[in-house]
Amino acid sequence: MSMSIIVAEGVTKRFSSDSRPAVDAVSFAVNPGEFIVLLGPSGCGKTTLLKMINRIYEPTSGQLLIDGVDSRSLPVTQLRRRIGYAIQQTGLFPHFRVEQNIAVVPRLLGWERPRIEARITELLDLVGLPHDFRRRYPRQLSGGQQQRVGLARALAADPAIMLMDEPFGALDAITRARLQDELLHIQRKVHKTILFVTHDIEEALRLADRMMVMNHGQIVQFDTPLTILTRPCTRFVEQLTSANDVLRRLSLLTVASALGRERPPAAGGSADLPPLRPQDDLRFALTQLLGAGESSLPVIDDGREVGRLTLADLRAMLPSTVAGLEGHVPVSGA
Amino acid sequence: MGYLLTNWAYVGTLLLQHLWLTGSAMAISVVIALPLGVLLARVAWLRGPVLGFLGLLYTIPSLSLLVLLIPVLRLGYWPAVVTLVIYAQLVLVRNVVVGMVGIDPAVIEAAHGMGMNSWQRLVQVELPLALPLLLAGLRIATLSTIGIATIAAFVNAGGLGMLLFDGVRTSNHEKIVIGAIAVSLLAIGANVLLRRAELWSQQSRG
Repeated sequence: MSMSIIVAEGVTKRFSSDSRPAVDAVSFAVNPGEFIVLLGPSGCGKTTLLKMINRIYEPTSGQLLIDGVDSRSLPVTQLRRRIGYAIQQTGLFPHFRVEQNIAVVPRLLGWERPRIEARITELLDLVGLPHDFRRRYPRQLSGGQQQRVGLARALAADPAIMLMDEPFGALDAITRARLQDELLHIQRKVHKTILFVTHDIEEALRLADRMMVMNHGQIVQFDTPLTILTRPCTRFVEQLTSANDVLRRLSLLTVASALGRERPPAAGGSADLPPLRPQDDLRFALTQLLGAGESSLPVIDDGREVGRLTLADLRAMLPSTVAGLEGHVPVSGA
Repeated sequence: MGYLLTNWAYVGTLLLQHLWLTGSAMAISVVIALPLGVLLARVAWLRGPVLGFLGLLYTIPSLSLLVLLIPVLRLGYWPAVVTLVIYAQLVLVRNVVVGMVGIDPAVIEAAHGMGMNSWQRLVQVELPLALPLLLAGLRIATLSTIGIATIAAFVNAGGLGMLLFDGVRTSNHEKIVIGAIAVSLLAIGANVLLRRAELWSQQSRG
């Protein structure tokens, strides 16, 4: 195994407003080129831990080694210019054009103009934005496009380490899935060490080489996605993953496949309920059912009601796992 | 309008004096208000006391403030300009603070995260983003300064107030009307120019 690029030794963060530490004596090591996803419920300390790596927060105690060097031994601005940083709200500078936003860190590092220009072109290609976007302002871009610019900006000075704080959290599901794919694609080219925070288990499973599951400021399990799914080390990890495992299976099935054979005639009084379509997936159907607080919803095809989907139908699709679904299902990430 | 035709050179001189009083007062005001506003934006606990104090100054009637300054600064340009500067501070400082504090925290976090130091953050991010509010404050402060500057005539500092004071003393209505119209035109012109600058600052970000 090569030398770890990030090593945390007993890293603790206490905020004066809280009696419990936000991050509690955490130790771990990350290898160069690993894609690490920090996963956990909100308030588990994952974002605080991430932000201690580029010293947005200073650890209360403990030590962080970056490339074998104590992160506090460098001037903070120098440290940060060597670490890519992307956040959910993008934090793009609204008064900077796309090209200026991407050029921020190279300019801080004093790169020559031609080198910066070439790098901007290279990065636009890498994140899949057309070259004529260079002169646009962030406000003229969609959320997904803004996040691509944010990614390009974080990659601009070719940092070895990238910190990403729920970068796709505010995007719609389709855009999010596409950007996840592209991030993986980019990662195969650039081999960064990525620390990626999310509370979406599916995103974590999709992206991670290793997942760091956190709760109450501590690392509960730090392992590959497969190990975490198949051998969760605590009940907390099991709960965090298995409920969603059900949802993941449901997302592969369509409403049409779950619909009973008998198609009752269209009943009146369902006009105010959100209708389903036969091609919708069952995860979406479940979300709609729970959201509407109904035990069944009409299925509409070509403007005509072709049946009603019930929770019982859903349960029948997954006999072993969905029992007890009617009570309360954590629909995290939905 | 006979007065204007025969005294256009005099009225012109008063107009230039008025412009000079207002312009120099605003320049000095900005030089004070900008760093003070930045300081208050960075040091939250100072905001209440300092803005409170500026608010207190703002409530003193301008004529009495001017009279209070005469023993210290004598007559002429300086007591007038000091009065104008004191009045402009509240609006200017408050708008700098509001403009800077109102910036999207994600933008500030990104500036930190990319390794900008305090000065780079101020010059490249915070001041440009606060500019529309800063210019709005400058416009409002300039308009009220043009109005208040008429009382400069009271301490022999010249300006269009001369026409008003003279007109009142000699019951010359023509002088009063010409003075009032000239002040209004000056204010309207300044408003148009500064409003244009404000709109430009808002548009230069897509």
